[in-house]
Amino acid sequence: MLLIHCPYCEEDRPELEFRHAGEAHIARPENMAELSDEEFERFFFIRSNPKGIVYERWRHIHGCARFFNAARDTVSDRFLATYKTGEPKPDLGKGK
Amino acid sequence: MTQPFRIATAGRLGKADPVRFSFDGKAFTGLSGDTLASALLANGVHLVGRSFKYHRPRGVISAGAEEPNALVGIHRDAARKAPNVRATVQEIYEGLDAVSQNRWPSLSFDIGTLNDLASPFFSAGFYYKTFMWPKAAWEKLYEPFIRRAAGLGEAPDRPDPDCYSNRFAHCDVLVIGGGAAGLSAALAAADTGARVILADEQAEMGGALRYETGAMIEAKPGWDWAQAVAADLSARDNVRLLTRTTGFGYYAQNMMGLVERLTDHLASPATDQSRERLWQVRARRVVLATGSIERHMVFPDNDRPGILLASAARTYLNHYGVAVGRNVAVYTAEDGAWQAAIDLKRAGIAIAAIIDCRSDPQGPHVEEARRLGIEYLTGHAVTATSGRLRVSSIKIRPVSGGAERSVACDALITSSGWTPAVHLFSQSRGKLAFEAETQRFLPGQPVQNMVSVGACAGTVDLGETVAEALKAGQEAAGGAARKLPKLAAKSTERWSGGMLGAGEGAGAESTARAFVDFQNDVTAKDIRQAVREGMRSIEHVKRFTTTGMATDQGKTSNMHGLAIAAEMLGKPIPEVGLTTFRAPYTPVTFGALVGHGRGRLFEPVRRTPIHDWAEARGAVFEDVGQWKRAWYFPQAGEDMHAAVARECRTVRQSAGIFDATTLGKIEIVGPDAARFMELMYTNPWQKLGVGRCRYGIMLREDGFIYDDGVVGRLAEDRFHVTTTTGGAPRVLNHMEDYLQTEFPDLKVYLTSTSEQWAVIAVQGPKSREIIAPLVDGIDLSDEAMPHMSVREGMICGVPTRLFRMSFTGERGFEINVPADYGRAVWEAVWAEGEKHGACVYGTETMHVLRAEKGFIIVGQETDGTVTPHDAGLSWAIGRKKTDFVGMRGLMRPDLAAPGRKQLVGLKTRDPKTVLEEGAQIVADPQAPVPVPMLGHVTSSYWSENCGHSIALALVAGGHERMGETLYVPMPGSVIEVEVTSTVFFDKKGDRTNG
Repeated sequence: MLLIHCPYCEEDRPELEFRHAGEAHIARPENMAELSDEEFERFFFIRSNPKGIVYERWRHIHGCARFFNAARDTVSDRFLATYKTGEPKPDLGKGK
Repeated sequence: MTQPFRIATAGRLGKADPVRFSFDGKAFTGLSGDTLASALLANGVHLVGRSFKYHRPRGVISAGAEEPNALVGIHRDAARKAPNVRATVQEIYEGLDAVSQNRWPSLSFDIGTLNDLASPFFSAGFYYKTFMWPKAAWEKLYEPFIRRAAGLGEAPDRPDPDCYSNRFAHCDVLVIGGGAAGLSAALAAADTGARVILADEQAEMGGALRYETGAMIEAKPGWDWAQAVAADLSARDNVRLLTRTTGFGYYAQNMMGLVERLTDHLASPATDQSRERLWQVRARRVVLATGSIERHMVFPDNDRPGILLASAARTYLNHYGVAVGRNVAVYTAEDGAWQAAIDLKRAGIAIAAIIDCRSDPQGPHVEEARRLGIEYLTGHAVTATSGRLRVSSIKIRPVSGGAERSVACDALITSSGWTPAVHLFSQSRGKLAFEAETQRFLPGQPVQNMVSVGACAGTVDLGETVAEALKAGQEAAGGAARKLPKLAAKSTERWSGGMLGAGEGAGAESTARAFVDFQNDVTAKDIRQAVREGMRSIEHVKRFTTTGMATDQGKTSNMHGLAIAAEMLGKPIPEVGLTTFRAPYTPVTFGALVGHGRGRLFEPVRRTPIHDWAEARGAVFEDVGQWKRAWYFPQAGEDMHAAVARECRTVRQSAGIFDATTLGKIEIVGPDAARFMELMYTNPWQKLGVGRCRYGIMLREDGFIYDDGVVGRLAEDRFHVTTTTGGAPRVLNHMEDYLQTEFPDLKVYLTSTSEQWAVIAVQGPKSREIIAPLVDGIDLSDEAMPHMSVREGMICGVPTRLFRMSFTGERGFEINVPADYGRAVWEAVWAEGEKHGACVYGTETMHVLRAEKGFIIVGQETDGTVTPHDAGLSWAIGRKKTDFVGMRGLMRPDLAAPGRKQLVGLKTRDPKTVLEEGAQIVADPQAPVPVPMLGHVTSSYWSENCGHSIALALVAGGHERMGETLYVPMPGSVIEVEVTSTVFFDKKGDRTNG
């Protein structure tokens, strides 16, 4: 079971309190109605699935109920950072 | 005489109390502190089971958790029958009842032994080759046969009467393994004041010190030191010692799963005592001190009862005071087994011979063996064994070739060296590194905050082990700055040497059966065959031969199997690879994992405030998600059909009262509430007047229907949204997601109010008369409060949100009152209703009445692939809107293409025939197979009000098929149906308006 740092509560809490919510940093286009089929496909269907660092959304559903973002290593399951919705991808440094 | 193999002068059980137990119905006596294995061996019993595939007689091999052979059933009572219990782990208690497995009619005479004679038939991969054809025979013939012939214990056939508990714990340092290394690490960590948990799978701490008589620590024999340290640690507030506790799983972020066995060793556990406790421990740092596991030698017929590991023989002698035989032979490729021979000899047991396959073993143990007058043969191998139910002699010959010679013995102990127990390290996702010189996989760079110490890290010398464990323990506790503690530890014992793979006589040309994996009956020959048949990776060899796939997960056998495959492939071992270690380390009961979460505690049950009233009225309930909903209310003599027909009739004739409390409710408040609603639902909301309601449809971004419900506008900035019963949590999550992440600038609050409002639906021509006397401050006339409107006021003296709406097609109201008043208001409404001949109705009648009107139920008429257009709800899409969730998805070519499945009504040609929900619909039942399927029935009922059956269905191009005849093929008949509108009753909808 993962231990997840909620950036709103500023607490490490067990995974039981959270729900995964898919890939992060996919903004919903404001001109939805004008999207071409290809643009809609990219926005809605295509997701990255890397071995390594993923940027993903979580919701602290049994806590503050806020959605937030996380950078996690899919190999070790280690969280490199969690940060608030709307904030840019964190600089994880070259050393990682 | 009882316990003929117990040696009074050996072991630590001393004058322990006798304990009576039985094995296969025969009475035996052991001593308190015995395992089942040690007690049976004390009584001279080696034969304890039959092997999985060949039904070969098998005995105890080890003295610990790695045991592959000695699996038995432990029967406490009719419901408590634990299968596949390792006799080497099970402690005996007064009255213990153990039975052997996989034998018929008896352990010593087993018909299944025929499998052994037919063994060529059962060679590696036989499942994949032999039983392929004909296909039908697999289910009826082959599988039942294989299941009967090959197998382990029988699962209990009754519910588990035991209870299990579950604890979470946090600590600074978690130490797994309570041998010299683990105790030293725990001691050093505890001295810093850190919170320490130390767990060991045995009943007592001590690990290998149990048998290693040459070990001295702090001028005490190793075992005595271990007990003193354990006593010291257990008295400290910052330390928790867990015995009989296995660390079985190493998960992310230093989470360890441990299972503590609480009662399996007790004769009569208290009925309220948990059998096992699951520990989920989050440790800042983990110290693994899991030791190493001895391997057997691989040689022909190495599986007879009486052939066991050298360390096991030492454990039985030095701890339990039990000799594994009276004339014991030794076959080894490493030094430790010599020490076993020396211990046995000193205890008065004859040593038939030590056979060491190495040409020139050296050291004090060789000197000591000579001094004791033990015959030893170096550069020799054991090439055969005999003895039907127990080994009686072995054949030996020089490795370099030469004449065979027979040696009589009643036990043979073997060792081919030690495999570090890297299971948990590997589970922690650390990579293993192969040390070529010693032919061992050792822990490499850790991935988590952990360290391995002692034998599991490859350290052999006791002094080094203790020193590195003390250092690791102190560092783990963050005490690096302190002076390093020291313990004087020294052992006279040597553990060098060892070999992997098949020994002499079991080599590549041999046809002999030299077992690698005892539990799954895999021989060296099988592994070679797998390579010959094209398996190249150890993962393939494993699956083809099943080596290492039994409940012991190949603890004693994996390295042998790997070495044999590597030799055949002509590759170094690391290039052939190592199979993945997976949790659990040893089998874990389902009970421990499930804990309290079963039966009534499996899932919460949600009941409405009106539940007890309905129950008292004899309602039959159905489960809808976690909710209990009243399904129908049968009166005396009524079956379901009659009750539902009466309820349906009564609602349309006078009125019915229905508990709709389970509907999801969300309050949407804020200056941007209408804008938010525009984005969440297909419908337009900006112009909906205050006090008016609208039926809303919510889509996912892909354009498919996600939820629906009636929404009332209470104020410019306040909407009362209803959702489906099951959909409430996900709809709120969906809304929150968009609000928080896509539209964070909108000033809107969302609040779940599902539990706050009780909802009483009053439907039917008399509905207004029924509620009128109870309502205050609301004009109920059609002019003042038309269909699809909402008013706030009072009912029965409590505040209400009163909706004029209808899911039945009749004039109807839904009375929302604070949940605590739900029962009182319900009873008042019911009292009025009775005056007008109203009935109470359940969800079945609700379903029928809405189907008569063609109203959909999300999740029944829709399945995540249905658009509003498909469902005939195009009218609910705001034409002038520029955005809503799902708008772009709806424009996808496939969603606008012709031929989509569309919602239609079906009338059966015979009005009495009620279709089956889920039944397939075809145009031509005579068409050649496969018959093209046009769609399926989504809802189907007998309609009392229409006088015929009704059905809703999704049919390809359905909206263009009105009046067409289609067919529903059923077993034994084909039902003819006509495609109709979805509205069966009151097509004009006049009744809704009164």
